[in-house]
Amino acid sequence: MSSHPAERRLAWLLCAPAVAAMLLVTAYPIAYALWLSLFRYDLRFPAQRSFVGLANYASVLGSEVWWKALTNTLLITVGSVGFEFILGLALALLAHKTTIGRRSVRTAILVPYAIITVVAALAWKFAFDPTTGFINALLGLQNAWLTEHWSAFMVIICSEIWKTTPFMALLLLAGLTQIPADLLKAARVDGATAWQRLRLITLPLMKPTIMVALLFRTLDAFRIFDTVYVQTRGAQDTETVSIVGYNTLIVRLNLGLGSTVSVLIFICVLLIAWLFIKGFGAPFEQRSGGPS
Amino acid sequence: MNSSIATPVIHGHSTLRTLAILLTLIVPGCQNEPPPPQPMLNWYVFDERSGAFRQAAAACSAQAAGRYQIALTPLPSDADQQREQLVRRLAAADSAIDIIGMDVIWTAEFAAAGWLLAWPDETSRHIANGRLPAAVASSRYKDRSWAVPFTSNAQLLWYRTDRIAQAPDNWQSLIGQAEAMAAPGSIQLQGQRYEGLTVFFVSLLASAGGSVLNANGELSLPDEATLTALTMMQRIATSPAVSPSLATDREDQSRLAFETGRPSFMLNYSFVWPSAHQNAPEVARHMAYSRWPAISPNQPSRVTLGGINLGIAAYGRHPQLAFEAAECLASAANQIKAAVQGGMPPTLEALYDNPEIRRHFPFADTLRDTLRDAVLRPPSPVYNDISLAISRTLHPMRNIEPTADLPRLRRAVQRALNSEGLL
Repeated sequence: MSSHPAERRLAWLLCAPAVAAMLLVTAYPIAYALWLSLFRYDLRFPAQRSFVGLANYASVLGSEVWWKALTNTLLITVGSVGFEFILGLALALLAHKTTIGRRSVRTAILVPYAIITVVAALAWKFAFDPTTGFINALLGLQNAWLTEHWSAFMVIICSEIWKTTPFMALLLLAGLTQIPADLLKAARVDGATAWQRLRLITLPLMKPTIMVALLFRTLDAFRIFDTVYVQTRGAQDTETVSIVGYNTLIVRLNLGLGSTVSVLIFICVLLIAWLFIKGFGAPFEQRSGGPS
Repeated sequence: MNSSIATPVIHGHSTLRTLAILLTLIVPGCQNEPPPPQPMLNWYVFDERSGAFRQAAAACSAQAAGRYQIALTPLPSDADQQREQLVRRLAAADSAIDIIGMDVIWTAEFAAAGWLLAWPDETSRHIANGRLPAAVASSRYKDRSWAVPFTSNAQLLWYRTDRIAQAPDNWQSLIGQAEAMAAPGSIQLQGQRYEGLTVFFVSLLASAGGSVLNANGELSLPDEATLTALTMMQRIATSPAVSPSLATDREDQSRLAFETGRPSFMLNYSFVWPSAHQNAPEVARHMAYSRWPAISPNQPSRVTLGGINLGIAAYGRHPQLAFEAAECLASAANQIKAAVQGGMPPTLEALYDNPEIRRHFPFADTLRDTLRDAVLRPPSPVYNDISLAISRTLHPMRNIEPTADLPRLRRAVQRALNSEGLL
């Protein structure tokens, strides 16, 4: 589209302020974190600051805490994003197809997303608490959910699903509205069943949207912090990489090790984004020559 | 062409005019404001609900007769979060902090990091006079005094007189009596992975005659005492008499559970006494207290010391006044206020005979005896890491395997002492 050099230059000029701002607020902190991760540097012992090279990385990667936290984080990510996709798609279809009370349905779907994560996490925590909660009464059980590894995981994942499915639904709804209605009508005339229309027309046409939605949610879920912090504080082996980073950086004031954890989280996030873009097709490439 | 040039000029004019109007509005406002009449000292301390701390600040400000004014800045009620907020400010040399309400375990860390001013020897001798030795010890690090002990605390055993004739004086008989009731949750105690679990372990270990660090700050954890403590923790946690949610229980969950009337025993701080009288008078009528259970029959229990010391931040603008103000805040009159209104036990020993305090603390003698034998958590600049290492290794208590966990615990604490790796 913008093949004229003059236009390209103008485009760059228009982008320049945003790029400068981004460099200032993201590139500098990232570079500083990289730099700090090469030091032994604890704010409680500022005099003992010294350059240690990659020793912090060896220490973090050699620790069972990091690998356990990474496994936990991946588990939460896969568990929550998987369910969110299925539920989100169902909700998006519902919101798309609704003819009566369309606005009310769409608003109702969005309510959980409007609730602050900490509040939602607390609400779920109280609901599952054996003394204050209603879940045990409802199911006729006597479980202390947040005191066991797997049940605590389940509560965390459920809170996440409940909280962010609306986001997924919203993104998918945007994709749904872009599918030309004629195509679906034509397929219907040709005798395609509802399942065939969904599988062979709707989903393939939505692929770019689905990829964007999954990527956003995966990156988001990978950085999960508040829900775990509120519900278990990482106990019962529910620690995530963000909690490990927080404990090292904020609680222990160990800037060297903490920055190392942050850098490793950053690398993981890059890896996930790369996998999505390279591994599952490229929704972010410019769509060239579309019939629009 | 003309208009395209003229427009920005007009805009510039109007912006300038707006700025000028704003300035005329602001500048006289600044001039009218009188200069601060006296130095303002900021006291950072946890958010005390009864208002005892605010009243103490007001009383000391009045007593200073215009030389200083104390402003209270409340911190969260959770000790971990208080520390998180404080250390972030102190590490950045925040000059807005003058007086710090410090948990007894922070002394070594804050002093070693250079965030506190040491008290003059003469003042500290005079302050130590008449105060509980354990509380004074908690304010010292490397032979210097870094704070004035203000309030104190230690756990007692609370029980129901309508079900228990005589309070058990050791763990064996406590567990035996509780299990005989055949009701889960008969014993309420704290087992979440947090500071309270470290407190529990340190109390059991000290009662068994051991300690985490030796006098030189090196790893101690002697085999026999540590094994005894670990075995006891595992025995307690696997007993059918403890609450099924032990692994997430903190002090407040224990208190709430006890106030339902079902549990018969609770290990907790003295705040449960006024709370029960207010929320559950039926339970409070049958509520009694005794010393924490011992581990061996002929050795009394030793319980972990809690409480607040007042330290002077190194970066404040008025250190001399801050020393004076802190001493005033921790005076007998304000300790009485904190005890009577806020339920916080004093650090001045003589106050345990004060009739007003005894009316609110009928357990004053038991508590004073407990505090005289109280044990400090390991005084180390990396205490926070040590505590994390302990609570992580020993949580959940029901899964403790004493012989396997002893070397794990020693390793974890040693790593924390060397500030190695993740915790």
